[in-house]
Amino acid sequence: MPETTIAVEARNAVKTFGQGAVAVTALDNVSVKIKQGEFFTLLGPSGCGKTTLLRLIAGFETPTSGQILLDGDDITNLPPNKRAVNTVFQSYALFPHLTVAQNIGFGLEMQDRPRAEIKDTVARMLALVQLEPMADRKTSQLSGGQQQRVALARALAPTPKVLLLDEPLSALDLKLRKEMQIELKRLQQETGITFVFVTHDQEEALTMSDRIAVMSAGLIQQVGPPRDIYTRPANRFVASFIGETNFLAGISDGARVKLGNGAMLDVVAPRGPVGLAIRPEQVRVVAVDTAGAILATVASTVYFGTDTHVHVTLSDGTEIVARQQSPATGGVEMQKGAAVGVVLAQDALQVMGD
Amino acid sequence: MADRSFEVARLPGFKFIAISAFVLLYLPIITLVVFSFNSGQSVALWEGFSFDWYGKAWANEAVKGATIRSLIIAASASAIATTVATMAALGTTRRKAFKGQTFIYVMINQPLMVPEIVTAVALLIFFASIKVATGYNGLIYLVIAHAAFCIPFAYLPIRARLEGMDLTLETAAADLYASHWQAFRYVTLPLMLPGIIAGAMLAFVISLDDVVITEFVKSGGQDTLPTYMLGQMRRAVTPEVNAISTVLLALTVVMLTAFFVLTRKKD
Repeated sequence: MPETTIAVEARNAVKTFGQGAVAVTALDNVSVKIKQGEFFTLLGPSGCGKTTLLRLIAGFETPTSGQILLDGDDITNLPPNKRAVNTVFQSYALFPHLTVAQNIGFGLEMQDRPRAEIKDTVARMLALVQLEPMADRKTSQLSGGQQQRVALARALAPTPKVLLLDEPLSALDLKLRKEMQIELKRLQQETGITFVFVTHDQEEALTMSDRIAVMSAGLIQQVGPPRDIYTRPANRFVASFIGETNFLAGISDGARVKLGNGAMLDVVAPRGPVGLAIRPEQVRVVAVDTAGAILATVASTVYFGTDTHVHVTLSDGTEIVARQQSPATGGVEMQKGAAVGVVLAQDALQVMGD
Repeated sequence: MADRSFEVARLPGFKFIAISAFVLLYLPIITLVVFSFNSGQSVALWEGFSFDWYGKAWANEAVKGATIRSLIIAASASAIATTVATMAALGTTRRKAFKGQTFIYVMINQPLMVPEIVTAVALLIFFASIKVATGYNGLIYLVIAHAAFCIPFAYLPIRARLEGMDLTLETAAADLYASHWQAFRYVTLPLMLPGIIAGAMLAFVISLDDVVITEFVKSGGQDTLPTYMLGQMRRAVTPEVNAISTVLLALTVVMLTAFFVLTRKKD
């Protein structure tokens, strides 16, 4: 069986800005393979190198060392106009002197495609993003969401091998952003084009992506499907950046882990001090006399509507957050200082490296 | 709450000063225009309405020659100045701030700061030696001199236009398969065109109006419209000068109106 085709690959990509003492390493030896037809997200906080990686693929920057491959061909030194890759810019970068239709047709015009083909494709793209009535408007006459759609249609019109999206939804308000998330996913499935999507919004990444690369400090911390990233974070950074996580310190004897307060957990880990992580929804707060529960006191409760977060403190001072579904009646607030039991779902406990 | 910001318009005497200023600015011009229609010989004593002086100016070969010369010089000088200014503006705005940037700005705008009479004398001496060496006495000296002092007037509106332009647009063009030349031709140039036209018109008007440098640089028989009029003023002044001035005024007003329409910020 042949492997799935790789659309884009970065091989040992390094990008340094500036020289000498002021040099900043934006990408530190990054290698990643993005599959044909997948919705791939680069996720990380600002300054993590995700946009730099996108710009290397687009050709707006040249790597300091390493290679960029498109469909197996080395495109490291090709200028942007020679790459079958198009970009949706954060600011949209629509041409203000052209109409919506002219904007969408720009890439095809530059490629010298036949008139009839350009006309057909532009009409098809206008229909795809539901902007047919706007064809002859200037882009300044459109709303933010409509401009976003023009930017998408313009980048999709030349049928690129890969579509790059640089935080395209960040300028939209929440409601429109949710709509565009669904729209983007639909466009990706209809066109079958590989999408490489940059965002700092973990929820956006989890809901839209086939696979996510979590980045930090110029490195890829973990690559995997959303479910893996969330349930099996590779390290502390991923665990804390994606969703909320409780970190516990303990000492392993090889078969079990002893927490700071003396509680024993059935977790297999190498001997010595270990770090454990568990998601708040995998922690249950129970009656103090429940068998097997760890003793704790309530520090505070925060009501979120569907959920209630209960912050508890263990006897050694460790703080743990438990997320519980709020009861239909709204429940009763737990008294601060009340003694409770805490149950950690054993199979959800993760042994963490640093 | 009362608006406590300082309002100059509320000061006593503001109205008086404002009206006096406008009267000082416009009354002489209105008088000039009115007397261009005088039927008599005087530029101060009204005798009756006529278009005589327009007819006389139109029929005057010296005026015709000077007008054509003025237009040739203004057109060539503004074309040269605009081309140079466009390149200068592209070179100084499409990049991060660089060392010596302020120095470059000062160098480009030098003609705005050096007293015109100094430039005039310098050009006179410089061109005189070339004229002696080559024996050539054509209009080209005036064209070069005018182009030189018109550059900053063309440069400023073009630079203003470029500074307001999003550089990502050129990146987007390159991303959409445009070569450097195509990105310039189909994105940068159309977006900066209003600035270029505005700069060209400003340069044209400035050239058309120049007296000091022209007076020093011109050879015999190379009077432009303004230097011809200056020559006329030394003799008997007739409303013919008023008529020519009025036409120049009308031309300038038309061009400056177009300038403001083109540079007006949209939205």
